[in-house]
Amino acid sequence: MKPIIRVENLSKQYQLGGEQKTYSTLRESLVETAQKSLKMFKRGQAKNTNSFWALQDINFEVMPGEVVGIIGRNGAGKSTLLKILSRITEPTVGRIELYGRVGSLLEVGTGFHPELTGRENIYLNSAILGMRREEIAKKFDEIVDFAEIEQFLDTPVKHYSSGMYTRLAFAVAANLEPEILVVDEVLAVGDAEFQKKCLGKMKSVSDKEGRTVLFVSHNMAAVTSLCSRCVLLNKGQLIKDGSASEIISIYQRLTTTENKGTQNLTEAERFGTGKAQFKSIEISGQSDGVIEPGDNLKIKLEIAATQKIFKSNVAIIIYDSNGYRLIDISTAIKGDYLDIQENQTAEIEFELFELLLKPNTYTIGLWLGRASLEEIDSIPSAVSFTVNDARSSQHSLVYPGVYQCRFDQKIQVHSVHDN
Amino acid sequence: MSFPTAKKNQTAVAAPLANLPNSKSGYQIPENPLVVIEPSRGWIPLNLQDLWQYRDLLYILTMRDIKVRYKQTLLGALWAIIQPLFTMLIFTLFFGRLAGMPSDDIPYPLFAYAGLLPWTFFSNAVTNSGNSLVGNANLITKIYFPRMIIPMSSVASGLLDFLIAFGLLIVLMFYYQVGLSINILMLPVLVVLTGLLAIGIGMWMSALNVKFRDIRYALPFLIQLGMFATPIIYPSSLVPDKWRWLFALNPLTGQIEAYRSAFFGKPFDWFALSVSAVLTLAILFYAAFTFRRMEKSFADII
Repeated sequence: MKPIIRVENLSKQYQLGGEQKTYSTLRESLVETAQKSLKMFKRGQAKNTNSFWALQDINFEVMPGEVVGIIGRNGAGKSTLLKILSRITEPTVGRIELYGRVGSLLEVGTGFHPELTGRENIYLNSAILGMRREEIAKKFDEIVDFAEIEQFLDTPVKHYSSGMYTRLAFAVAANLEPEILVVDEVLAVGDAEFQKKCLGKMKSVSDKEGRTVLFVSHNMAAVTSLCSRCVLLNKGQLIKDGSASEIISIYQRLTTTENKGTQNLTEAERFGTGKAQFKSIEISGQSDGVIEPGDNLKIKLEIAATQKIFKSNVAIIIYDSNGYRLIDISTAIKGDYLDIQENQTAEIEFELFELLLKPNTYTIGLWLGRASLEEIDSIPSAVSFTVNDARSSQHSLVYPGVYQCRFDQKIQVHSVHDN
Repeated sequence: MSFPTAKKNQTAVAAPLANLPNSKSGYQIPENPLVVIEPSRGWIPLNLQDLWQYRDLLYILTMRDIKVRYKQTLLGALWAIIQPLFTMLIFTLFFGRLAGMPSDDIPYPLFAYAGLLPWTFFSNAVTNSGNSLVGNANLITKIYFPRMIIPMSSVASGLLDFLIAFGLLIVLMFYYQVGLSINILMLPVLVVLTGLLAIGIGMWMSALNVKFRDIRYALPFLIQLGMFATPIIYPSSLVPDKWRWLFALNPLTGQIEAYRSAFFGKPFDWFALSVSAVLTLAILFYAAFTFRRMEKSFADII
């Protein structure tokens, strides 16, 4: 079978310095040109060293009907790749052949105008996404239905709640009919219920309608449930291309370090305002260096504040190797909140009792903030740890599932009598 | 680290989509790619068929601009009349009454309004389209479509205002008892010509504006200057003969005079109009190719 997408030697270079600023003025440009030409005389060359390769020599092919996850840390080049595929920006080197129409969804509600009504925005947004007017008219009812906004159809969207807004935006995008659908992190918005609905819609797009989907996400659970295959990018290079489960586990190993002693978190990939940051984490089981099912787990965190924070909640989230959230505990659950003054540090120790996890590798995420008000520091994957089973039978490794409950068993063998 | 150099001097070419099999099951992979994405260099073809594919977007963006323009205003579409009408009143007072400006035997208010009508269309169109790309940065960084559509729709959305203001001209002509003649049939041609000129200049300015935000400040100023370099408050017969050639290099000169001929049934200056048409097309093509060349970096620097 022929591929529907063929990417060959794709590279993209961005200019740093003058060009990389959001905009320049004529004067700056003149000054810079003058400086550059001076430099050229001095060094005899005008080579621009202020550039970096966002993508380097990427090669891959996608077969029709495949759902491919593109994963990697921030700055790995995922978004750049999607932007080139959607023809928003040009590659510096290389070639992409597309054997189908591309619908790209790098953001929900691109081009929505707050003053226009829901109805008008459906037309506007659909046209921007490349649909013809007849096509939109045909799909209109389906879109309204999916978005569940019938009674607000003629209300300007500026009066919509953010949930309604997102639903409408996704509904338009979900009803696109290109052969290739390119989707970036759009599921990060919207409530859990709606996320599920979107995932379902995307799944049916690929399963029933046989369309090809490229999907970028940090949400490993979504990637696992949607994608059969993944491509792992790191620092602009394609590290590995393979089955979703294999690539996700490589990704998780890449983003976390193994559990031995205290881990420094200053280099971790993080989000948030940064008023205070997690500095280190230390996890320990009951015996040295080994965590067994049913162990009590101690997690020690160090937080340093550069600005005052108050009434903040510290949370620990434990994910399984597919990215599903298994455990989410926080100081707020016990009614405790954290106040730290500027330039103070705090130490927090959690003890998790009887962690009945099956032998496998798990990832810990950390979160510091105030409920829905402020995200101060969030590290989606701070450290991973492995649960080993030294005591009981080796069978537990083979069977899937995550929760190893305590259990007892009685086995009775009876003989079957004739009468 | 070394990278292969860019291979072909080719740009993304979209194949016609209309004859594609689009069955839900078993999409037939075409023999040749629909789209090839490669680095482009130098002058890039205009890719007009791509523009044609997206004609619905042009229509919808134009309608968006029209609908949004007078939302939450008290006077609404009256603004389309207020601008040329009040300018006309002020000009009539200062230039017509106080300075005694000649007006080719047409009542000065009518003379000024007939010039201000296309001028207002042109200047608003250039201002709006010059700022249009920057104003739609959210679209440019998130989705592909022929970028030219944005400055084009800004010009097209001005047509409604022109039409409304034209209605007032008819009222004024009735008031001054000046009748329409067969010459009015040239009006659509003139509007298209002015529209193309506005698209040319607006498109060019909008592309420059992405890189140099100076344009935002320079544009209103240049337009103000342009008003005095164009026979709006005065007739071109006022210009000394030896400066006529320079005057004719302003492509709007021939057009504005032709509007007056169309409205008031005076003979057309076909030579001046031809010069204007040729200049308009030259500007349009130059702008379109410049735009295409600059377009590829829009998403990266906007």
